[in-house]
Amino acid sequence: MTDVTPTTSILTVDDRTRRRNVAEKRFRTYGVIAITLAMLALVGLMTSIFSGGLPAFKQTFITLDVYLDPAKLDKDGSSDLEKIRKVSTFGYAPLIKKALEEQLAKPELAVEGLKSKDAAKMISKEGAAEMRRFVLANPDMIGETVSFKFLASGRIDGYYKGRVTMQSAERDKNVSPQQLQFADKLKDAGLLKTSFNWGFLTRADASENRPEAAGLGVAILGSVYMMVIVLFLALPIGVAASIYLEEFAPKNWFTDLVEVNISNLAAVPSIVFGILGLAIFINFAGLPQSAPIVGGLVLTLMTLPTIIIATRASLKAVPPSIRDAALGVGASKMQAVFHHVLPLAAPGILTGTIIGLAQALGETAPLLLIGMVAFVREYPSAPPEGFFDPAAALPVQVYNWTQRADPAFVERASGAIIVLLVFLLLMNTIAIILRRRFERRW
Amino acid sequence: MYDAPQLGNAMDQTTTKISARNVQVHYGDTHAIKDVNVDIDAKTVTAFIGPSGCGKSTFLRCINRMNDTIDICRVTGDILIDGEDIYDKRVDPVQLRAKVGMVFQKPNPFPKSIYDNVAYGPRIHGLAKNKSELDEIVEKSLRRGAIWDEVKDRLDAPGTGLSGGQQQRLCIARAVATEPEVLLMDEPCSALDPIATAQVEELIDELRSQFSVVIVTHSMQQAARVSQKTAFFHLGNLVEFGDTTQIFTNPQDERTQNYITGRIG
Repeated sequence: MTDVTPTTSILTVDDRTRRRNVAEKRFRTYGVIAITLAMLALVGLMTSIFSGGLPAFKQTFITLDVYLDPAKLDKDGSSDLEKIRKVSTFGYAPLIKKALEEQLAKPELAVEGLKSKDAAKMISKEGAAEMRRFVLANPDMIGETVSFKFLASGRIDGYYKGRVTMQSAERDKNVSPQQLQFADKLKDAGLLKTSFNWGFLTRADASENRPEAAGLGVAILGSVYMMVIVLFLALPIGVAASIYLEEFAPKNWFTDLVEVNISNLAAVPSIVFGILGLAIFINFAGLPQSAPIVGGLVLTLMTLPTIIIATRASLKAVPPSIRDAALGVGASKMQAVFHHVLPLAAPGILTGTIIGLAQALGETAPLLLIGMVAFVREYPSAPPEGFFDPAAALPVQVYNWTQRADPAFVERASGAIIVLLVFLLLMNTIAIILRRRFERRW
Repeated sequence: MYDAPQLGNAMDQTTTKISARNVQVHYGDTHAIKDVNVDIDAKTVTAFIGPSGCGKSTFLRCINRMNDTIDICRVTGDILIDGEDIYDKRVDPVQLRAKVGMVFQKPNPFPKSIYDNVAYGPRIHGLAKNKSELDEIVEKSLRRGAIWDEVKDRLDAPGTGLSGGQQQRLCIARAVATEPEVLLMDEPCSALDPIATAQVEELIDELRSQFSVVIVTHSMQQAARVSQKTAFFHLGNLVEFGDTTQIFTNPQDERTQNYITGRIG
């Protein structure tokens, strides 16, 4: 028995198999490394944004009882609203100063070396304006003492968020240690409080020297208006175009050309759409600058290819047997598409649309070119007129604030990013929920 | 060429439902059907047999103009149903397909309820004036599809939730709901197990009393079991057409002989 053919045992692993197994293990390791790096980057990004931005949702307020002195606000005692209106914001500042003086006079609140003029600087310049608005709305309150909740100035606010310290205050010409001491005393007396900053979400943007009053109200409204325009233009146009191209159009060189162009449009840099919008919608069509209608139109152009590509893909994914079934019982082409194909494609279309919208929501470059970077103090009115009023947009507001000098604006920019992220997250969640709800087996 | 008066004689009207004359089908450059002439009788089951790619399904799809949906497909020649050319310019394929129903190879119920599956055709053709009439049509069609007893308690359940055989019978019920005169079946049992196949075959035999049935099948046994007439296609040609018993017992053409004995195909 010499020529028994040697059989290999499967109990021992041969070289080839070993090499294969090693290669597979190596590949898995690469995958884990890649995922880990991606997760680390995400965690780093989130930590940086949230640590920088969360303080923007808190705001320090100082509560003061202010005597609305008729001698200052209504000199001749006529209670005539026109005359009261003539008193400018500067006319109200002394009243706040006086109210602070009263507080400083109290022995438990007194701070040595703090002048009432400097104490008045601890309250935001917005405070006097707020008071004036209150008086104009309630002229009969003149002569009464009213309790106001004033915004603390950016530096005092920063003191309670750790941005400003006693040491930095000594070197800072905008804030002094005495002011901070006074602020601490006010806090102990229960007059200074830090609470949730609704104003950040509702106020309009504010000028360079009052970051505490700056809010996202106009930007959120502007972004919402633009999304409404994009949704109502891009969805019907995009879906109609896709249905025509996918189901009805003949397949020839012309439709091929259209298809190639749509794919190319999806890859065009967004700033190019901005130039297009500037040239066509503003210079040629004469639409107003900085208006959500122009922004919405430009973003519609940008979103259309995304929606068309997503819609065509989901129409293609509907099995042809469904079309055959509908045509087979005598449905017309249109009935087959609208009764059977479109409902099955709906989840895909919705997902594509929402992803397109989310992309449009975060788009900055084209909006800069059509003037949405402007400083807008006024809220746009209700639609449809509001579509033509100047407004800001969330990403542009972020860009705007990061360019300002005061560190309080950097904090607000991070806060605005959080708001933007929350909106994006919300939209993606809606996309997932809609897809789940409409998804059907076939 | 053949014109209507010639076909309008009494003999043809009573027996011939569909007549095809010189039908040619091209898919782009491929010549799929070559000069087919055939007369299909009313209220009989006609089977098309032949090896894969011989054009039997293509020819079947010509009868209700389903090939119109394929861009590169070109049909010439005449197909007449009751003496009317279905490729006439004035014919709307949608109207034609209500008259010539179709059941496909793979069961393809709509992803809707069983009721809506059957009710869809009558709805779009306006066959029911009100809900109770529609209910009647649905019940009648499901009975004709021999599936009523199995689904009558769950008409709201999705049609896609049924078993393969039930789905195919649902599709047959859906096809007969529009009261067609001709029923085309493209390998209706190829996705079904033997038990479901037997049920569908039994059903086909019953349908014969009301419809002209044309069935494409790969199974020669099935053709022998359900059909009265058989047509054998080979490489785009209609090789032989005649009574089923004659085709299977005494084929005239050598190719037919070879196919049914298993030497080609």
